[in-house]
Amino acid sequence: MIGTALDLVVVALLVAAALAAVGARGLFAGVVFFVGYGVFVAIAWLRLDAIDVALAEAAIGAGLTGVLLLGAVGHLTRAGAGAPPRRPAIPLALACAGISVMLGWAVLSLPDAPGLQAPVAAALPGSGSTNPVTSVLLNFRAFDTLLESIVLLAVLVGVWALAPDAAWGGRPGLVQRVRPDGVLAGFGRLLPPLGLLVGVYLVWAGTKQPGGAFQGGTVLAAVWLLASMAGVARAPRVTSLILRAALVAGPVLFLAVGMAGALGGSFLGLRPDWAAALVLTIEVGLTLSIASALALLVLGPPERPA
Amino acid sequence: MIPSATLFGLAGAALVGIGLYGFLAHAHLLRRLLSFNVLGSGVFLMFGAAAWRSPWIGADAVPHALIITGIVVKLAGSALAIALLVQLARATRRAALPEDEGRPP
Amino acid sequence: MTTLLLSLPVALPLLAALLAVAASRQAAGLAMATGFLVLGLSVWLAFEVAAAGPITIALGGWEAPLGIVLRADGLGAGFLVVSAMVMAVVLVAAQPSFEDQGQESRAGFAFWPLALLLFAGLNTAFLSRDLFNLFVALELLTLSAIALVAIEGKAGSVTAALRYMVFALLGSVLFLLGAALAYAAHATLDIGLLAQVELGWPMAAALALMTMGLAIKTALFPFHAWLPPAHAGAPAPASAMLSALVPKASFVILLRLWFDLAPELASPLLLAVLGGLGAVAVIHGSLLAIGQDRLKLIIAYSTVAQLGYLFLVFPLAGGAGGAQPWSAGAWTAASFHAFAHMLAKAAMFLAAGLFLRAVGHDRLEGLRGLARAMPIACFAFGLSAISLMGLPLSGGFTAKYLLLTSAFASGQWGWGLVLVAGGLLAAIYLFRPLNLMFSKEGAAASLTPVPRWEQVLPLLLALAAVLLGLFSAGPFAFLQIGRPGAAAEGLLP
Repeated sequence: MIGTALDLVVVALLVAAALAAVGARGLFAGVVFFVGYGVFVAIAWLRLDAIDVALAEAAIGAGLTGVLLLGAVGHLTRAGAGAPPRRPAIPLALACAGISVMLGWAVLSLPDAPGLQAPVAAALPGSGSTNPVTSVLLNFRAFDTLLESIVLLAVLVGVWALAPDAAWGGRPGLVQRVRPDGVLAGFGRLLPPLGLLVGVYLVWAGTKQPGGAFQGGTVLAAVWLLASMAGVARAPRVTSLILRAALVAGPVLFLAVGMAGALGGSFLGLRPDWAAALVLTIEVGLTLSIASALALLVLGPPERPA
Repeated sequence: MIPSATLFGLAGAALVGIGLYGFLAHAHLLRRLLSFNVLGSGVFLMFGAAAWRSPWIGADAVPHALIITGIVVKLAGSALAIALLVQLARATRRAALPEDEGRPP
Repeated sequence: MTTLLLSLPVALPLLAALLAVAASRQAAGLAMATGFLVLGLSVWLAFEVAAAGPITIALGGWEAPLGIVLRADGLGAGFLVVSAMVMAVVLVAAQPSFEDQGQESRAGFAFWPLALLLFAGLNTAFLSRDLFNLFVALELLTLSAIALVAIEGKAGSVTAALRYMVFALLGSVLFLLGAALAYAAHATLDIGLLAQVELGWPMAAALALMTMGLAIKTALFPFHAWLPPAHAGAPAPASAMLSALVPKASFVILLRLWFDLAPELASPLLLAVLGGLGAVAVIHGSLLAIGQDRLKLIIAYSTVAQLGYLFLVFPLAGGAGGAQPWSAGAWTAASFHAFAHMLAKAAMFLAAGLFLRAVGHDRLEGLRGLARAMPIACFAFGLSAISLMGLPLSGGFTAKYLLLTSAFASGQWGWGLVLVAGGLLAAIYLFRPLNLMFSKEGAAASLTPVPRWEQVLPLLLALAAVLLGLFSAGPFAFLQIGRPGAAAEGLLP
């Protein structure tokens, strides 16, 4: 009963925050509501016992997407770019409400069907991880995860391709000027070690408990961003060989393990006796690459001449 | 007592409608993108709720893994869209597609 | 060996893309080598499929429903071979524009990994049997494609890329929702397994959502507005990939959904709607192409029309008609049409890129008398035009002929009229550039010279498009391998 009441509160907050984010008058307000909305989504995932998803939603869905959107608001404002407001479109709103009702009806009337709990549980020993979500991501459906980590890289290349030609070879993003004794600089020195610890823990724990490369990588990306905003660390040049190596290391490692498996008869296959070590190795590699890619996506293309 | 999965599944359905409306009704591309993210998380919630229909054997890890993948892919799309939008805003001082502002495309 | 044959067409472009990011100096060479290597492997795979039937591998050793299955049948292997052909040539053609001499440049860095990732996403879409994996593959493909549209960084191409993005986001979320519904109802995402279970309303809804998503990604009328400016605004080698290859991925998935996964759910109304939208696309796209006065826009609008033909396969071979004798013809015709379009359209965009470089702009009047200065490229353009119009002996002719015969055999005359009208309209929109190119008077005085070897590249593709029509018996039988329903039909007396 208390559970249901709690759920109802979260649902109400979710829907209200979504309405506020989509309908807010100001752009900035909309983004702020959106970040709040993301937190409620993460809570919803906790209520559904999906801690891995909650972590991913909080870190990526709310956190990183929020940062990207906030950054965009800043850029658009500086560029003086706007768009005409739309008057409420009643027929469209009715159509969308109708779609919601149909989907809601589908949720209620889907026949009960067991999922893949049993096959996952049966295959879990020897999969290299005791966290079923990690086993699915890095072993049973490794191909999805390989492609997904590469999607991030594709997008980063696409974002960099928007740099002015003259800025190629420069450092990503705009130059931040921070007073060395300011609050941000203080935080920038204080928080990174802590964040580093959390990020590494999330990756390491991911093989047994909720967590993993994507969640840990996001925390590490945040650490780097904070440090770079505080002026503690400078983003390397986009042509830096070390940076490029960090970006591709994880997927290359993943693909190499997969190809080794292919020579043994199954592409992306992990031998059960080595699976644990391989999963951890791939996770560490992916974390490095994901963290670099995410941080660079937030920083954006280089904008000043090299 | 109503199962959490049902409630959040219904919430997901509502969020899909809200997000879709924003995505189609707004002209401002950043608002459309924000709405798209609401739409996406609504889809994920519905998917996650569907993974919970057999409470006696516990949550299904496969949809959870797929949703994490989906969240990352959604972020990737958003990041590229934002970078393109910033570029458009700098070049044209507009934040909407021309046809959505009544200009010729 | 089969494991390697099926996984390398995906793994090699991925690996090459990663290496191209790390070692961008070697990127052009790596990409070109990958193109030919994948082409060789695909041909080899096709021979294996022809000899032994469809080949299936379970990735990581995990069979569906837990794992992801890749399968090469006639359709998948055929698309793999033709797209590798196009890709190999296009990557060579891109080398003069995007290979960095000395210092790394922005576009020289970005083009190669994006092209290779597009290639990997495409090959995954042709081979994968898993709905969610197909979603991820389509995202890789689409996001790389959008980035390529914007690679020139001009306001126009950035706008085109954003419009593409808006449509693509909607398309992918619809597809994802459908896949989620399929999983919720049947606890599997594997097309083969889903084809075996009894499907109810959840799957019908899932298919409707996925079909809408894929139709948006294939730029089916009325979701085509994003395509022409995006394809025309990109640099020529990118346009060739975008127009020839990218929409085929979502189309092949559509075929798999309605012919393989759930032919029994394909109602006559749905098939008629898909075919009808395709027919409108043929006419509407052609009429718009006639109205353009820039060569690249004409070619891009022509893609809208040519993609429309592909959807005629649904009323001619889908649903209950799948067991009819004419369905094999229509099924093969759709694939043939796709192949001919892939080859001819890539050739046209590559040729248009060379004209653009020679003349300095792509307005039609710039083409006047160009055949005397660039005979090879103009000949290539002419040959691909023959295939697009569907003139006899070309690949496009075989495809249209097969479609026509099955339209008449099945008593669906209306589709036949669309085919004839579309061919006539194509002749009209292609006549203007051809007439100008081959006109006797008016020679462009100050042309930038284009090396002969570059002009040979579109010619190779255009020749392949024509040869496809001359040697169509082999591919015809090949495309039937693993065709759902084909085995049963073959057993009937």
